Amino acid sequence: MNDEPVDVLIIGAGASGAAIAWSLADTRMRIVCLEQGEVMNPLNYPSTRRDGEARNQNDFSISPNQRKSAADYPIAEDDSPIKVANFNGVGGGTVLYAGHFPRFHPSDFKVKSLDGVADDWPIDYSDLATHYAENDRMMGVAGLNGDPAYPSDNAERMPPLPLGKSGEALAKGFNKLGWHWWPSDTAIATQPYDGRDKCINLGACITGCAQGAKASTDITYWPHALRAGVELRTQCRVREITVDDAGMATGAAYVDPDGVEQFQAAHVVVMACNGVGTPRILLNSKSDAFPDGLANSSGLVGKNLMFHPYASIQGIFEEELDGYKGPHKIFRSQEFYETDPDRDFVRGYTFEIQRGQGPVQTALTGLQRDKIPWGAGHHAAYRKLFNRIAGMVAVCEDLPEEHNRVTLDPVLKDSDGIPAPKISYTLSENSRKMMDHAIVKASEVLRAAGAVDILTQAPISYGGWHLMGTARMGTDPARSVVNEWGRSHDVKNLFVVDGSVFVTSAGVNPTRTIQALALYVAEQMKQRLANLFD
Amino acid sequence: MNTTETNFTDAQVQCLAALVEMIIPASEDYGVPGAGDGIIFADILSTTAPQHEAVAAALSALNAVAEATGGQNFATISAAGGDGENIAASFRDQHPKAAELLATITVQCYYRDDRVMRALNMEVRPPFPDGFTVDQGDWTLLDPVRNRPELYRKTE
Ligand SMILES: Cc1cc2nc3c(=O)[nH]c(=O)nc-3n(C[C@H](O)[C@H](O)[C@H](O)COP(=O)(O)OP(=O)(O)OC[C@H]3O[C@@H](n4cnc5c(N)ncnc54)[C@H](O)[C@@H]3O)c2cc1C
Ligand code: SF4
Repeated sequence: MNDEPVDVLIIGAGASGAAIAWSLADTRMRIVCLEQGEVMNPLNYPSTRRDGEARNQNDFSISPNQRKSAADYPIAEDDSPIKVANFNGVGGGTVLYAGHFPRFHPSDFKVKSLDGVADDWPIDYSDLATHYAENDRMMGVAGLNGDPAYPSDNAERMPPLPLGKSGEALAKGFNKLGWHWWPSDTAIATQPYDGRDKCINLGACITGCAQGAKASTDITYWPHALRAGVELRTQCRVREITVDDAGMATGAAYVDPDGVEQFQAAHVVVMACNGVGTPRILLNSKSDAFPDGLANSSGLVGKNLMFHPYASIQGIFEEELDGYKGPHKIFRSQEFYETDPDRDFVRGYTFEIQRGQGPVQTALTGLQRDKIPWGAGHHAAYRKLFNRIAGMVAVCEDLPEEHNRVTLDPVLKDSDGIPAPKISYTLSENSRKMMDHAIVKASEVLRAAGAVDILTQAPISYGGWHLMGTARMGTDPARSVVNEWGRSHDVKNLFVVDGSVFVTSAGVNPTRTIQALALYVAEQMKQRLANLFD
Repeated sequence: MNTTETNFTDAQVQCLAALVEMIIPASEDYGVPGAGDGIIFADILSTTAPQHEAVAAALSALNAVAEATGGQNFATISAAGGDGENIAASFRDQHPKAAELLATITVQCYYRDDRVMRALNMEVRPPFPDGFTVDQGDWTLLDPVRNRPELYRKTE
């Protein structure tokens, strides 16, 4: 029991928790972060061992239900065609993310005004511009200025990731059709950066970067935040946020590494547990004043869950490509990004163009897709796939719908007895049509690039890696959970900074925007320190 | 193989060995061992250990299919040069999850064997710390895109 309140208590040490911890540290306030996972040891990452690829399906699986480590909580997801992918540890999802790091476009903040769907954000691109830049500096971004699909941002970028054989083959396909493509912005150091070494093409980005080239927040923000005096307590799982009679948050009840119940008092609480973890804890924080869960007078906590349905379209080529060597992502295409009235869906998607697979994954793909038989034909069929697969995924904008939601499962609990989140999610007609379109277009460009066969999957079932919308921001307390600078409408010392606050999802990966938002909220807090709770 | 280490019975071990060799047979043409090779199979056995129950259930299912089709267990039928391939195909049809589990473990172990990696022209080592080389590629391919007009939507 710690009745001595800290100034700021942050729950979750992932992408957003790390960013806000670092940014607030210059106030010299006493800041504590509670994280249910551990500090990672990169020398234990799969790419350091010969059995690395097998570990994708075990202790480094992207699915917490498969990984089942002590830090993980189970997720009831039978009612969703898309399953959650996450990582629970210092760095959060960035430990396993691919580091594909696009910004939102100005139009992404205004989908209601432009297309008459969903809602506009209460802030716009210009509110985030300086925070994008600050985040880029902290994370380190490789890429190339001048993409005609974005307004100029004059960001300082390291040189882009290599095109390699795969990128070259696919770029030729895009050029044949006259379609847009541009080297991806990636949170991967292509030259030494802030004490981190450069990418050496391990090809293992989504099982953790042993080289330290990929910007996960355990090796970017956290060392700086800790040096600035932030206290990080690991293996501490928060059960609920407590409140006083006045309806203000008083701190967090949590389970410490020894399994002992603890309480940390705080003047300000910041939720950074991601789009599933945050609504889970808010919904579990019931009291007389908040019988439906904390900050939930709108009834919207947990609702409007957005994932980005992903379609995967991979080509099989006759010539040898990069295969397992090199970072997964190469370039992006936004040829089909903005709404086109000639199509049967609104909004659009980004193609993330990617390299191939390791030897084990190649065999599994071949077996699952009946491209490799059991028996005598195995070796010949295997060699037609090995180092010969490259293609893309389509990141489809997911629109908010209240029935897509996170609730508390009535039965399933984690190892500390905290109710597990339950996901209820249905693919919308718009998403289905968008994925169908992406499959047709990607197949066209892969054929143009020389692919002789094509493998598709839509949606990628274990592709719920972007978790957004479940505590949305807005100016109207009846239609949103937090205000336009991240503070709960109901609880004036409670903030949310993770992907939960997204109003819409755009058709790009969210982490650069999640972190820019966390820095923006930090800035807003710092500007209002004298009257933060008014 | 010491079956107590893995808690499988001898019959289960024989069944698994017959199956994995059936999934990936040795090939002289490609200069590779089969998945039933001593070193690879030892790796497969130790890898199955944490999933002992699921693997044992999969092997029982395989034997049930073998007995229903050929009147004997899978290892015996395969050793006698019987209809192992058809039995395995029925097993995949009737028990896809079990078949996938056994095939997954097989390829996980097979494709990290030194001889198999060499036959694929791979260096026999984990990716880290040496990494790999990837060519930059031809960046002039980007020229037509550089010259495109803006394609993002203005908001004002
Ligand atoms: C395989 C994979 C690939 C991805 N690729 C990309 C990509 O290329 N580009 C991109 O932009 N994004 C990618 N993502 C998504 C990216 O990781 C997330 O968008 C990002 O990490 C979300 O940040 P966050 O701060 O919202 O939450 P997280 O980073 O998930 O952090 C939440 C933290 O809170 C902790 N926590 C949760 N509940 C509790 C509790 N009760 N008590 C204490 N601690 C708690 C968790 O342990 C975790 O560390 C990927 C994710 C995965 C899994
Ligand atoms: S490819 Fe580069 S970023 Fe990815 S894991 Fe390897 S060194 Fe890290």
